[in-house]
Amino acid sequence: MEFIIDIKKKLYDFQLDVKLQSKEDTIGILGASGSGKSMLLRCIAGLVNPDEGQIIINGKTFFDSEKKINLTMRERKVGFLFQNYALFPNMTIEENIAFGLDKLVKTEKKNRVSALMEKYHLGDIGKRYPTQISGGQQQRVALARAVAVEPDMLLLDEPFSALDVHLRNHMMREMSELLKDFQGLTLFVTHNREEAYRLSDYIAVFNTGKVEIYGQKDAIFKWPASLETAKITGCKNIVAATRLAENRLHVPQWNISLTTVMKIEHDNGYLGIRANQVKLVDEPDGQQENCFKVWIADESDGPFRTSLYLKIGARPESIHDFHIQCEISREERNHLKNLSEPFIIYINPEFAFFVDQ
Amino acid sequence: MNFDLSPAWISIKVTLSATVIVFFLGLITAWLMTKYNGRWKGLIDGILTLPLVLPPTVAGFGILLLIGNNGPVGKFLEIFGVNIIFSWYAAVIAAIVVAFPLMYKTTMGAFEQIDPNILSAARTLGASEAKVFWRVAVPVARPGIAAATALTFARCLGEFGATLMVAGSIPGKTETIPIAIYFATQGGEMQVALIWVLIIFAISLTVLVINNYWESRKKNQQRGFGG
Repeated sequence: MEFIIDIKKKLYDFQLDVKLQSKEDTIGILGASGSGKSMLLRCIAGLVNPDEGQIIINGKTFFDSEKKINLTMRERKVGFLFQNYALFPNMTIEENIAFGLDKLVKTEKKNRVSALMEKYHLGDIGKRYPTQISGGQQQRVALARAVAVEPDMLLLDEPFSALDVHLRNHMMREMSELLKDFQGLTLFVTHNREEAYRLSDYIAVFNTGKVEIYGQKDAIFKWPASLETAKITGCKNIVAATRLAENRLHVPQWNISLTTVMKIEHDNGYLGIRANQVKLVDEPDGQQENCFKVWIADESDGPFRTSLYLKIGARPESIHDFHIQCEISREERNHLKNLSEPFIIYINPEFAFFVDQ
Repeated sequence: MNFDLSPAWISIKVTLSATVIVFFLGLITAWLMTKYNGRWKGLIDGILTLPLVLPPTVAGFGILLLIGNNGPVGKFLEIFGVNIIFSWYAAVIAAIVVAFPLMYKTTMGAFEQIDPNILSAARTLGASEAKVFWRVAVPVARPGIAAATALTFARCLGEFGATLMVAGSIPGKTETIPIAIYFATQGGEMQVALIWVLIIFAISLTVLVINNYWESRKKNQQRGFGG
């Protein structure tokens, strides 16, 4: 599987300008709402025409503005899972899945539909209409319908956004299971970094119509290569920083210096630390490297985890007067109650990253 | 009282023929116009809708200009010895022209309500445009299409002005129920007029009620309340 996408399209308030080339089978496209990522899928499927450029999937040219090639939707053989599933409301579940199978002889068609119904756990709802089944079932029907025609490529547009949180986690597991069986390229779009991380090994981060970065997910999440990538991947602590040495940074706003594993190549940029990588330690003297004295400015409790808003080096004046956000478990929070302020945080050099301006 | 039933048969013949023609014509035009997004859309839509807002006599006048003995179509047909003016065909043409915008506009409204993703889904599944139309667009828009058809039927049945101008009022040949009502009233035969009024009332109401029942049954079936 190989694809080359290089397209431009003028949108309402920015330009979609995507260059993406890969040989991976499953790619997640992560970006904020309105960053043009759904438009990219629509261009690939042929729902929308790019202004210029080319789209080549597996050696098959879908679109090429110079060679004046523009395949129709049906010629592209692309399975598209719509955000709202777009099931045919006038057809039963069976009829929906069988819709694209007119070319098959009747018995073959019937066999394929029942095999898919079985595999997608739709056993006893074949005679129902789409409005009579649950959201999770609707999603499975939409997926079964899309793979029934054996497409070369699957495009999933925010596949879980219409589901509630409980069902979402369940369907995510099921989806990754089903996608493993799919012999072809899968591109899926999401604004949820968790979904992107769970479903694919390779991620393209999207920002106002452009691919900010494309690569292996762990690398992207560990040391994001740009400020926007750091934000989109959910890094909560980003602060201006300057280079002191190859592995040492100074943060003027926090009045601290710290060591990093990452090599720092530029003089000015930003330090990023994920909230869950800020560790509270029992170390009483706070003299060790990358350890800092902190006071709690504010806290916000979740059911299992707590977010602390901490000020480094001095007592905060208000709840808004904080430097760094830290996420810990409830047990760790309770443990803190036995200690007194200031607490000590430790920033692991491995997880402190630097992005240039 | 000498009661001639022929206007009923003429009305039904004219109305059914016109409704069938308008149904297909309106359906296909509405679909093509829904898909067309060029710069002429507004103008074309305006022209197609015009008979709805103009007096039927204007439509009648226009048809006369075209198919009258001196009109281009009329002259062409004369070559084959066919004269459609003041025949029941002329009444059908009048009904088509006047009822077409109702079918077209209502159906287009129904097509435009369809979630575009549903149509795109059909296309990505390899459906041809004909299949998208007959298997998806028409069934999904069916309640709107049914309403449009019922309105078309009622409009064709009630057509008066344009019909009188192009088909006249020849008893037993082109005299439809609305025209019979008019001339009966003019001639002071109030009882005859009243009978026709009741008949046309019954036909129209029956068609609308059947349409409503059928639609609500279909709807319940897809929502799962029996059926």
